[in-house]
Amino acid sequence: MIPMILDAAPRWALLHAPALLIMVPLFLAPLLAILPSGRLSWLTSIFATAFSLFCALILVAQVQVSTGGVVGYDVGRWPVPIGITLRVDALNSMILLLVSAIGVLATIFSWPTVKAEIPERKHPLFYSAFLVCFAGLCGVAITGDAFNLFVFLEISSISTYVLVALGAGRDRRALPAAFNYLIMGTLGASFYIIGVGFLYSATGTLNIAQIAEMLPGLAGNRSVEAGFAFIIVGLGLKAAVWPLHQWLPNAYAYSPSFVTMFLSATATKVALYALIRYLFTVFRPEFAFEQATFTYLLMPLGLAAMIACSFQAVFQTDVRRTLAYSSVAQVGYMILGISVGTMAGVSAGLFHLLNHAMIKGALFMAVAGVVLTFQGTTIRDFAGLGRTAPWTMTGFAIAGLSLIGVPLTAGFQSKLQLGYALFDQGMWWAVVFVVFSSFLAVIYMGRIMEAIFFRPPINPRKSRKEAPILLLVPLWVLALANIYFGITTELPLGLARDAAAAAFGLEAF
Amino acid sequence: MSSELLIWAALCLPLLIAAGIAITGTFSNVREGVTLVGATILFGVVIALASQVAGGDTPSMYVGQVAPGLDLAFKLEPLGALFALVASGLWIVNSFYSIGYMRGNRERNQTRFYICFAIAIFGAMGVAMSANLFTLFVFYEVLTLSTYPLVAHKGDAAAKRGGRIYLLTLLGTSIGLFLMALMWTWALAGQNLDFVQGGLLAGLNLDPAVATALLILFAFGIGKAALMPFHFWLPNAMVAPTPVSALLHAVAVVKAGVFTVMKVSIYIFGEELLNATPGREFVLGVACFTIIVASLVAMTKDNLKARLAYSTIAQLSYITLGAMLATQAGFMGGALQIAAHAVGKMTLFMCAGAIYVATGLTNISDMRGLGRKMPLVFIAFFIATLSIIGIPPMAGAWAKYELMQGAIDRGTHFVPWVLIGSSLLNIAYLLPIPILALMPVPGTPEPKPFKRPGGAPFFTVAAPVVTAGLCIVLFFLVGPLADFLSPAFETPVSPAFSGGQP
Repeated sequence: MIPMILDAAPRWALLHAPALLIMVPLFLAPLLAILPSGRLSWLTSIFATAFSLFCALILVAQVQVSTGGVVGYDVGRWPVPIGITLRVDALNSMILLLVSAIGVLATIFSWPTVKAEIPERKHPLFYSAFLVCFAGLCGVAITGDAFNLFVFLEISSISTYVLVALGAGRDRRALPAAFNYLIMGTLGASFYIIGVGFLYSATGTLNIAQIAEMLPGLAGNRSVEAGFAFIIVGLGLKAAVWPLHQWLPNAYAYSPSFVTMFLSATATKVALYALIRYLFTVFRPEFAFEQATFTYLLMPLGLAAMIACSFQAVFQTDVRRTLAYSSVAQVGYMILGISVGTMAGVSAGLFHLLNHAMIKGALFMAVAGVVLTFQGTTIRDFAGLGRTAPWTMTGFAIAGLSLIGVPLTAGFQSKLQLGYALFDQGMWWAVVFVVFSSFLAVIYMGRIMEAIFFRPPINPRKSRKEAPILLLVPLWVLALANIYFGITTELPLGLARDAAAAAFGLEAF
Repeated sequence: MSSELLIWAALCLPLLIAAGIAITGTFSNVREGVTLVGATILFGVVIALASQVAGGDTPSMYVGQVAPGLDLAFKLEPLGALFALVASGLWIVNSFYSIGYMRGNRERNQTRFYICFAIAIFGAMGVAMSANLFTLFVFYEVLTLSTYPLVAHKGDAAAKRGGRIYLLTLLGTSIGLFLMALMWTWALAGQNLDFVQGGLLAGLNLDPAVATALLILFAFGIGKAALMPFHFWLPNAMVAPTPVSALLHAVAVVKAGVFTVMKVSIYIFGEELLNATPGREFVLGVACFTIIVASLVAMTKDNLKARLAYSTIAQLSYITLGAMLATQAGFMGGALQIAAHAVGKMTLFMCAGAIYVATGLTNISDMRGLGRKMPLVFIAFFIATLSIIGIPPMAGAWAKYELMQGAIDRGTHFVPWVLIGSSLLNIAYLLPIPILALMPVPGTPEPKPFKRPGGAPFFTVAAPVVTAGLCIVLFFLVGPLADFLSPAFETPVSPAFSGGQP
């Protein structure tokens, strides 16, 4: 497939794929704001995200055939110390592929929900904000410059605040949720930029690769260690690492359905990518303070997230909040994988990152379908939907089983990989936590699914049936992907392993 | 036909049958025809496979790699062939019985019932033929999930509660303990989960503590084997319609559990390592405890199905016990018990169902004197009871004999006493039922007339009579059966010993 992509793509695309991937959505965004019609802006967004997906595919292919596994791109032909460089290796090409693929599916699915939840005159502005957010997320993933990463992080965050706040049309609680997210997100970004400042003062460069080269010579430097601490906390906040996750449940529960779905599958994932980049490429696991971070900070936090947030998920009455808490718990799995500090651990974490994007994407799409047709998200509202909306709810159930980790689903595979990575290092006690958290997942997903399939409908409005076809198709694409990648993991596991190798600065697993 | 094609057929047929049932759902006669014809063809396929196994082949099929070190692959060895034969053969009998029972009781949602049944058989076939622990685990879960709608079939509060306990216990133990043991094995064996003759973990010099932990995780994680304290799902699952109890909770589901225990003991641990594992004696003790305690509990139950459920728990632990003896005779006894208990217990359940359809009675105390009106049912019940107790010439006798032999070989002298005690308890809680029904004490009031005009439907009487006959036939077939099974338990002879023979 790789030579096919490289043969089929035009020359200009091959040359400029890294830049085009972010520039097309970023420049189309202001254009959208002045478009007269919502439908037109929707179609343009599909085009923009699909174009980014195309570029991401080219990049994945280019990384695989390139020597050294790195595709570099100097913006404006300015060489490294002066200009900003875009740098793609197996790690971020995987993230780019994920974000853009989810972006396309999310955009296709968005139209019915946006039409129902956002006032009509705001449609073009809504899609404009979405494209900015999308470009920002891709930018975080693609850039090779520490300060530029901050810029893109802020671009994506600020547009996200807007998107979350637009949920006010449906539920006014979206406004405090957005404000809360704004404060927390800004804190996180500030911590990050302070950390970058420390690193800059110690190394004199902002290029990530150059910082990485110089750090081993700066062992014991206090400002490097302080910078590390600030960066980890800042990015941890963005990635919703427990206990810095407080912004997430409300933001997911009250924002428009489409935003919830898109953010859950991409936003925390991109922040996690940045975290991995700093933990493994810039700083290295060999550094003593980083080992200490793994053992005493990240692993306990990952475990705490898996248990505490799963418990919280069990006691929610709103399906979206259940899923939001579950997301924080799942981030805990990824953090746990990362904190093992071995290649197997990082690849398990990244593998789960991919799988979780598919799982949560599908789940939130199905919830969006329910919001659309039945205007409710409490578990009570879901009662009996298995009969009135079988297609939507079967998609939900498949993704839910995958979240639990039932065999032959993607979620099962990621648990196996994670378990292997842990047993490999003799951390059998951590597996106990994984297992216990899965058991909690059985309970919180079981509650919802029992309502869907076994309780009689109680809501009189339940005469309207399935979600619209535009919503069902992306939902089923993701649901079937959960099954397909549960049976053959060659593609995602290959990507995750290559990515983990790239994070360690190696060419292949 | 090539063996690969046969394995494909054995796996796909149940799914095709399920699809066929779904399509023909509205025409109940055609639907039942699909089940019966399909089940017969499946049995034929399994016989063809088993005859290849008997000829010394190991039919195998490789589907593909799920992830590095995790293969979806199938390989049939004698033990698996036995399980496949039992499950598919008894499915035919059970299908006839189901038709009589479900129609006689006018149950609802019959199409869903037959579809789930076929999928459950698919799971059992996969478990029987799996070539590695991963494949086995996958199908083990297919079996769990597909039988949940069957357990909760009635849909009332009690059925849902029973179904929920069933699902949560089986999923909880399998995810919580079994999966963990699987991952641990995977990591220990270097990303490998194949069933290896002589034991996958045998040559690894495992720390006895690690081996013990693994064994305990496996023994309790395989919740379908119903080792105490994870046995309570079984009595709760008895809310299911009787055909489900008969096939699934006497044959497919529970036997898949103990079959997995046997597979893990023989092919993951292997005789030698199992012997060197201190935890073996602990699990053996738990199995003995389960046998005695479950039998005692059975005595207190007046509901016939509940009593049979506790009896099943006790009888299943025979097989775990056989595996934990870790001798050839022990394994052989366990394997024979799989077959013998399957036919015996299925007969008992089907009799219970026939009584329920005809009279609506569920309590043993109401069945006195009923044998006069339903003689065939209670004679079949009587024969199956003798088989469960272990009296020749019934199949159960051989299993018990081999288990005692194994226990004596191993030198654990309390085990024969446990087995003898269990037989006595069997006599106490099972035998009075047919005896009092067939030969009521003078003065017992005449049983009430049948609730259903005409009594039990023909199929619900014929099916238990056939399986009761099988109980006797199996007793005389044990020679060929033992020859068939013995290659499964042989440890590969290591070169150091083989060179010395003249």
